[in-house]
Amino acid sequence: MQIPVEGFMYPNEVELQWSVLIVLYPFLTGLVAGAFILASLERVFMVKAVKPTYRLALLTALAFLIVAPLPLQLHLGHPERSFEMYLTPHRSSAMAMFGFVYLWYLLAVLVVEIWLDYRRDIVVMSQCTTGWKRLVYRVLTLGSTNISERALHIDERVGWLVTVIGIPSAFLLHGYVGFIFGSIKANPWWSSPLMPVVFLFSAMVSGIATVMLLYMLMCLVRREPIDMDCVDTVAKYLFYTFIIDFSLEMLDLIHRIYEADESFRSLDFMVHTRLFLSQVVIQILLGTVLPILLIGLTQVVKLAEKLRKRIYVTAGCLTMIGIFAMRWNVVIGGQLFSKSFLGYTTYKMGIVAREGLLTAIVLTVLPLVILGVLVKLLPPWPEKKEEPLLVALAAHGAD
Amino acid sequence: MNMTRRQLLILLPAAAVAWKSILAGTPEASPNYNMTEHWWGMLVDITKCIGCGSCVRACQLENQVTDGYFRTWVERYHVSDYDIESPKVDSPDGGKNGFPPAAVSDGKNFFVPKMCNHCVDSPCTQVCPVGATFVSPDGVVLVDQKYCLGCRYCVQACPYGCRFVDPKKETAQKCTLCYHRITKGLTTACCENCPTGARQLADLKNPNDPIHEFLKTHSVQVLKPYMATRPKLFYNGLDGSVR
Amino acid sequence: MTPLFTVRVARSDNVTTLCDLEHGGLGPFSSHISTKQFTKTPQPRDTYGEGRNASSWQHNRPRLPEWVVANPAMKAFRDAGHLFRLASVFLVGGILFLALRGFLVPRSFGQYGHYRGSAIKETAALPISYAGHQVCEGCHADILEVKSKGVHKGVSCEACHGPLAKHADDPASIQPAKLDTAVLCVRCHEANLAKPKSFPQVVSAEHSGGAPCETCHQPHSPAIVAVAGASQ
Repeated sequence: MQIPVEGFMYPNEVELQWSVLIVLYPFLTGLVAGAFILASLERVFMVKAVKPTYRLALLTALAFLIVAPLPLQLHLGHPERSFEMYLTPHRSSAMAMFGFVYLWYLLAVLVVEIWLDYRRDIVVMSQCTTGWKRLVYRVLTLGSTNISERALHIDERVGWLVTVIGIPSAFLLHGYVGFIFGSIKANPWWSSPLMPVVFLFSAMVSGIATVMLLYMLMCLVRREPIDMDCVDTVAKYLFYTFIIDFSLEMLDLIHRIYEADESFRSLDFMVHTRLFLSQVVIQILLGTVLPILLIGLTQVVKLAEKLRKRIYVTAGCLTMIGIFAMRWNVVIGGQLFSKSFLGYTTYKMGIVAREGLLTAIVLTVLPLVILGVLVKLLPPWPEKKEEPLLVALAAHGAD
Repeated sequence: MNMTRRQLLILLPAAAVAWKSILAGTPEASPNYNMTEHWWGMLVDITKCIGCGSCVRACQLENQVTDGYFRTWVERYHVSDYDIESPKVDSPDGGKNGFPPAAVSDGKNFFVPKMCNHCVDSPCTQVCPVGATFVSPDGVVLVDQKYCLGCRYCVQACPYGCRFVDPKKETAQKCTLCYHRITKGLTTACCENCPTGARQLADLKNPNDPIHEFLKTHSVQVLKPYMATRPKLFYNGLDGSVR
Repeated sequence: MTPLFTVRVARSDNVTTLCDLEHGGLGPFSSHISTKQFTKTPQPRDTYGEGRNASSWQHNRPRLPEWVVANPAMKAFRDAGHLFRLASVFLVGGILFLALRGFLVPRSFGQYGHYRGSAIKETAALPISYAGHQVCEGCHADILEVKSKGVHKGVSCEACHGPLAKHADDPASIQPAKLDTAVLCVRCHEANLAKPKSFPQVVSAEHSGGAPCETCHQPHSPAIVAVAGASQ
C-alpha cells in the first residue's frame, strides 16, 4: 500500500507511528480526570448543587479509567512485555511513569473513594442479595460489616482526604499525558510547555460535559425529572473551564503564529490544508466556539427549562466532538509533517485492523458498558424511600 | 606445502583475530574487545558522496533490513541560489538504487547520506519507558530486541527520523553502527562498501584514529545542532540547507 | 409490583426481616433496596465480622479489657477496622509485586546502566555478511596486486562482488556470481549533477555506444593504459 506523500519525508517517517488508538487514549483519560474533578466540586469545594452527579461522576471516572490503558496495550508491538514498565521503569522517560500514575490514580484514589462512599450500601447489599451478587458484595466488604455511625463518620473524613489527594492526582494523570507530547523536542507541533495545561483543561471540559450528558441520559432512562439546579450548575462550571481551555489554546496558537519559528511555514501549511477540517472547522469552530456561545447564552439570558436542556445536550455533544478532534489534531497532526519541514504524509486509518476504526469504536463503547454494569452493581441514585433496614443497622452499629 | 586458503587465512594475524569468533559462530563478541577503550562515531564527507547507494544496499544485506525501511539512506538536495532555505529533496527508495538524472540544472546539487547520529544526549534513549534502548559504554545507541515493547515513543523522539518499527519484529530498529562488526575489528558495512571513502568509522578514544587529524583541519558540522543531542555523526562540507 | 424473590436477612428466630429485590431490582438502574415487614428491630448479622454464634448483638463482640472499651481512641481504632483491611489488601499486593519484580527483572539489568547488559553481547553476536576486504586480500593477493595500482584501490571487493562472508568462511561452499558491468559500473559512474565534479562520470548511452564497459576498462584497474600512453 503506497502512502501518498507530498514533498519530502525522511523515508522512515512516511508511516505514522501512533494511530487512532493513541488519539483515544488521551481522550479517555481526559474524561476520567474531568469527571473526577467534577465529583470533587461537591466533596471538597462544597458545591452542593452538583450532588446528584457525585456518584455518577465517580463511576464514570472508574469506567473510563479501566478502559484507558487498553488502546495503549493494543497499540504496543509486544503487549506481553508491557509489565516491564513496572519492573524497570526508566526514570528519564515520561511514559514510564504511566504505569505508576495510572495505578496510583486507579487504586489509591478512585477505588478507595468509591469504596468508602459505597461501603454502607455494599454492606447492606451483601446481606440483602443472593447468588453471585451476594458473593461480589461480600468480597467488596472485605469481611468487615461495621457500618456504625462512627465508622461511617470515619469513612466520610477519610473519603474527603482521598478526594483532596485525588485532585492533584487527577491533574497529574492528565497533565502528564500532555507532558508525554509536550516534552518531545523533536516535534515542534507537540513541543510546548503549554501542552500539559491545555490537555488538563480540555480534559476537565470533556469530563464535565460527559457527566452532564450521562446524568441527563440516565434521568431520561429512569424517567425521573432532571434536577435543573444541578445541570445549570454543571453547565456553569463547563462554561468557565471551557473559557480557560479556549484561552489557553488560542494563546498557544497566537504564540506560534507570532513567533513563527523555523517550523511555522510547514505547520501553517498543514493547518490550512490537511488539518483544516479537523482543526479549524471541527475543533475550533464547531467544537469550541459554538458550544461556548450556546452555554454562554444560557448564562446571560434567562431561558425556559426545555430550551436550556436542549442547549446543554447540543453543547455537550459538540464539546465531546471538539475535544476528540483536539486529541486527533495533536496526535495525528503531529505526525503528518516531516521533521525536515519539507513534506507531508497521509494517515490512512484501517477499518477492521488491530489499530483500526472498529477497535476504536469498541473501545469507546466499552467504558459505557462497564459504566452500565457499575451502575447496576453500585446504584448511584439516592434511595427513593427511607430505608428502615439501613437506619436500624446504623442505629445498632452505634454504641 | 599443502595449505588451504582457509589455513592461510588463519595465519594472517589481523584477520584471524576477528575471524575466529565469526567462524565459531559463538554468541560472544571478540574476546579482545574492551568496551571502555572505544567511543564510536562516524565521519561523512559530503564532498565525496556520489549517491551510488552502496551503503544503503550493504546495510540492508548486512542487517536484514525490511524493504521500505532504512537504517541508513541517502538524500539528494537541490538548492536554488534564489531560495537557499527551501531545498528540493528526494530519496527514491532511500537512494538504494542510485538517483535518476536531475530535472533542473540550476543551483546547487549534492548528496547527503543519513543514519543514526549516535547522539551522546540521545533523546530516543531518554524517552524509552523500560530501558530497552540505551547508549552502550562505547557510545553506540542500541536497541534490546528482546526487551523492546514496540511503543514507538523513541521513533517520535528522534529528530533525525532514524528509527522505525519493523512490521514483522514489532520492535524499534535502527543503525547499530554494525556493532557485531566493529567489536570484531571490522568496519561497518556502509563504510566497508563506500567506494569513495565518503564514510569513515571513527573511534574517538583512539588517539591514532585519522578522525582526530580530520577534525583538526576541517570545518565539520553535525545535523540539527540546536536540538542539543550532541551527535557523533560528523559531516564535512555540510550545506546550511540540510536538515 | 410483585417481588421476584424474597430473602431472609437476619436469621435470629425472633426477627423476620424481609428484603425484597423488586422486579426492577435486576433492571438497569433501579436495584435499590426496599425493606418491608419489620416485626421487630432487625439485628444485623455479625456486624463486626467476628463470627461467634452469639444470639445477641452485644455478645457478638469479642470481650476486651475494660480500659480498651473505655478508651475513645481504641474505639475509633476499632471502627476504622475496615480501613486496615483495605490497607492490608494493598500491602499484600505491594509485597506480591516486589516479590515478582525481584524474580522477573532480567539478571543482567543494570550491569552497565538502565538496560539489560547482555543485550550488548547479543547485538555483538549477530552474524556477519560482509567479510571485509582484508579477508579477501588474504587469499586473493594477485587481485590485490592489480587493484592497488589503479584508481579503484580504495573500492573494497564486496562493494562490487556482494557480501561473501560465507565464501570466506568456506571457499568451496559459495562462489561469487559473475558480475554484469553494464549494471555495476553505471551505479557509480553514470553522470549526475549532484555528484562531485571531480568524480569521473559519463552518460553511459553516449559513452560506449552500447559496448560493455570491460571492453576497454578492466574493473580492478580501470585506466586504459594503451590509450593513456598514446595520448601523452
